Amino acid sequence: MTDIHNQIDTTVKNNDVVLFMKGNTDMPQCGFSGRSVQILQHLGVPFKDVNVLANDEIRQGIKDYTNWPTVPQLYVKGEFVGGADIMMEMYQSGELKQLMEEKGVVAA
Amino acid sequence: MAMTAPEIETFIKDALPDAVIEIKDLAGDGNHYSATVASSSFKGKSRVQQHQMVYAALKGNMGGVLHALALTTTVLEN
Repeated sequence: MTDIHNQIDTTVKNNDVVLFMKGNTDMPQCGFSGRSVQILQHLGVPFKDVNVLANDEIRQGIKDYTNWPTVPQLYVKGEFVGGADIMMEMYQSGELKQLMEEKGVVAA
Repeated sequence: MAMTAPEIETFIKDALPDAVIEIKDLAGDGNHYSATVASSSFKGKSRVQQHQMVYAALKGNMGGVLHALALTTTVLEN
C-alpha cells in the first residue's frame, strides 16, 4: 500500500470522527463541505477536519481509499459513512444522530 | 468542460438500463446537478454502494468534469 494510503488509514483509524473536506471547519471552501461541517456541529459531534486542498496527494488518495470520487467524506470509527448527500439525507431522517450515539461519539 | 443532463442520463442508463432518472441543473453551468435515480439493481445495496454504482456509471467524470451531483437513490420495485 502507498504511503498516502497508510497516512489516510492511520488518520481514519486514530480519530473517532474525521471529515475530509475542502477548507477547514472555520473556513470551508465549498458549499458541500460547509454544509457537512454545519451538520456535525448541529449534532454536537467533535471531529477532526482534514483539508484536502492543502495536500494534493491526500485529495486524490482519499478518492482512491474508499472508491468515492468526491469530497467531503465522513468517517466514523474508521468506517466511511458517505459524502454530503448521504450525510444530509441521514441527518434529515435522524439516522446520523442515531449512528453517532450508537458509536458513542456524541452524548445521547 | 461540463456535462449536459442528457449525457449524464445516457451514462447512467447504459449501466442501469431500467433506471428511472430525474436530473435538475442546479447552476446552469453544466457542473452542478441534482439527480434522483431509481433502479432495481440497487436492491439489497447500502446507500454508499448505490451511489458508487451511479458514480461508476459516470466513468470517471464524477468529481472531474462533473463537479457536483447531489444524488438520491431509491430501489425500483418491479
